[in-house]
Amino acid sequence: MKLLIKNGYIIDVKTGIDGIYDLLVDDDRIAGISKDMDPEGCEIIDAGGKYVLPGLVDAHCHLRDPGFEYKEDIESGTRSAAMGGFTSVACMPNTNPVTDNESVVKYILNKAKREGYVNVYPIGAITKGLKGEELAEIGELKFAGAVAVSDDGNPVKSSSLMKKAMQYASMFDIAVISHCEDTDLAEDGVMNEGFTSTMLGLKGIPAAAEETMVARELILSEYLDIPIHIAHVSTALSVELIRNAKKRGVKVTCETCPHYFSLTDEACMGYDTNAKVNPPLRTDKDVQAVIEGIADDTIDIIATDHAPHHIDEKRVEFSLAASGMVGFETALPLVVTKLVRPGIITMRKLVEKMSLNPAKLLGISKGTLEPGSTADITIVDINAKFTVDPEKFESKSKNSPFAGFELYGQAWGTIVNGKPVVSENILL
Amino acid sequence: MVLKSKDLLGLKDLTAEEIEHILDTAKAMKYVITSNNKRTPHLQGKSIVTLFYENSTRTRLSFELASKYMSASSANINSSASSVAKGESLIDTGKTIDMMGTDVIIIRHPQSGAPHLLAKHVKASVINAGDGMNEHPTQALLDMFTIREKKGTLRGLKVAIIGDIYHSRVARSNIWGLTRMGAEVSLAGPATLLPPKMEMLGVKIYSTVHEALINADVIISLRMQLERQKKALFPSIREYSRFFGLDENRLRLAKKDVLIMHPGPINRGVELTSAVADHEHSVINEQVTNGVAVRMALLYLLTRRGINETAD
Repeated sequence: MKLLIKNGYIIDVKTGIDGIYDLLVDDDRIAGISKDMDPEGCEIIDAGGKYVLPGLVDAHCHLRDPGFEYKEDIESGTRSAAMGGFTSVACMPNTNPVTDNESVVKYILNKAKREGYVNVYPIGAITKGLKGEELAEIGELKFAGAVAVSDDGNPVKSSSLMKKAMQYASMFDIAVISHCEDTDLAEDGVMNEGFTSTMLGLKGIPAAAEETMVARELILSEYLDIPIHIAHVSTALSVELIRNAKKRGVKVTCETCPHYFSLTDEACMGYDTNAKVNPPLRTDKDVQAVIEGIADDTIDIIATDHAPHHIDEKRVEFSLAASGMVGFETALPLVVTKLVRPGIITMRKLVEKMSLNPAKLLGISKGTLEPGSTADITIVDINAKFTVDPEKFESKSKNSPFAGFELYGQAWGTIVNGKPVVSENILL
Repeated sequence: MVLKSKDLLGLKDLTAEEIEHILDTAKAMKYVITSNNKRTPHLQGKSIVTLFYENSTRTRLSFELASKYMSASSANINSSASSVAKGESLIDTGKTIDMMGTDVIIIRHPQSGAPHLLAKHVKASVINAGDGMNEHPTQALLDMFTIREKKGTLRGLKVAIIGDIYHSRVARSNIWGLTRMGAEVSLAGPATLLPPKMEMLGVKIYSTVHEALINADVIISLRMQLERQKKALFPSIREYSRFFGLDENRLRLAKKDVLIMHPGPINRGVELTSAVADHEHSVINEQVTNGVAVRMALLYLLTRRGINETAD
């Protein structure tokens, strides 16, 4: 089957294409990009007035499958991802059983092949059972298809074990993604420590709980000369530490999530459990620093940290509520609305941070529209406005703090392996 | 005048006029407690439930007597004795109580914000009898009632709150209430037990008890919970007492007619000496009586909502 996407504004960072062109898809591959193509026997998509981008890649999400299918499963999660314009997602290993061995990786890959709407790449655990005690079988995980390792949700508390994990993983050339949280400092905190936590009488998690471990990872990475990727950066000092390390040539990459540049801890007022997330929403100063970090490329990747939770886990006392928010269906619109439209980043940077860089981190051949590559494509109209309504999300879970937000740039079309999955904002 | 909200969740949400109105109403209620016939018809036909997820002696008894003195039907739920122990959610428990025709639910809960969650899901009025570290509004109202009764006003008074401010819902409610009523609040406690950014609420924070006590009109001493020591928030009761305990010497820094207050129960010899607790300026026992009056006033005002509203 041939598919012709006409008149879209195509941006591809890898090939440098930046302008209005037609794009031809042949079967599951990009066949060519040029002006005024008119081949015969094509299905035509008119992308006039819209951007045509390499399919978005999410380096950090939770599909909850296996084990927590009441929150999300591979089918619902990838439907949600497709609606958000993501064509590939990397899912974290805090499943049940934990994705710390070959068989769980294969289960996820097989199920995704059968039921997935987008490409799914499992991330394996760093330590067995995410317990932070013994290394998982990182080599076997890699050969089964894991694209990175992380104990996300938990930090690797032991510095010695983290050092060994980095050394061991480097042997297999697989990325190590660190969830930075000094759990001693975070103690039993449930939101950012500051004025708002004092106002609400809730226990706080100091920014320092993240920053001390970011510093540790940077020091280990520099000492070993081995790459490290820092997950969900949320504080001003974390950004500054990473910026400095990069200047020294440390092989560090990092990501942030849309909520860390869109919301402050004030979103928790009224004990809104949908604003409870880990790391917690921070202050205005941190939001500004994260935005600066994105603008100056200290922050390489914008990931969703899509973390679905059942309503029964959120409609409880704030301290008892589960941490996390769904993100697939608001990530692109938040980047468009908060960063692109105000002129903080260009669409080209959006492609880097939401497609090319995450693909590089995970070592997958995605993130480009180069002829010959798989036809994963996201089409977006950055001038189309909509109101966020979590009830309409494809995700099983509705835990979003963005309900009622007026945003721009919902994914208009998502094409995965040459097949349209979303068209005109509707899941096919 | 009518309270704006159906619930009393915290003093953070009340205006100075509302606080004034509650205190005025409590003044009338105090006559009932001190009279021979402790029975008024104010809550006749009303149903009041206390739902306590934490232990309490005085607050619970105070609410129960307040209900009974005003002829309400009242019942208690103990978290350990009910389906709560079977894992029922707060909302489900609340709805069950609501559906039995309850007019007011009085809740104490170890999690901050629990009364707010309950209030959103029930028709009954919800009174917060203490939630986590957040608020204990009826305690602060009775404190303010006591101060006003003795000093005539709250405006311009210097109130020192001493102790574990971080974990204290009594301190938070008093800070909201007292600052709203025009009092000047100063805080002192170990640096590990002061909440961050509290100064943004317009209070003064001192690291020595002396500075906070100078010229104080009122001292509110807080209960030091011994389990905090285990979490390394301070080294020992002995050291706490030495640097932050109230004794007669330190009392001299305050004004001559200073009021000494404590929400109880007291650790004698820890946060204050027996000499201070039983001092002629101590109003700790009167606070207890006033607690009943303030709770009667609140129950009356909340159950009166919807009646005569247009008259105001």
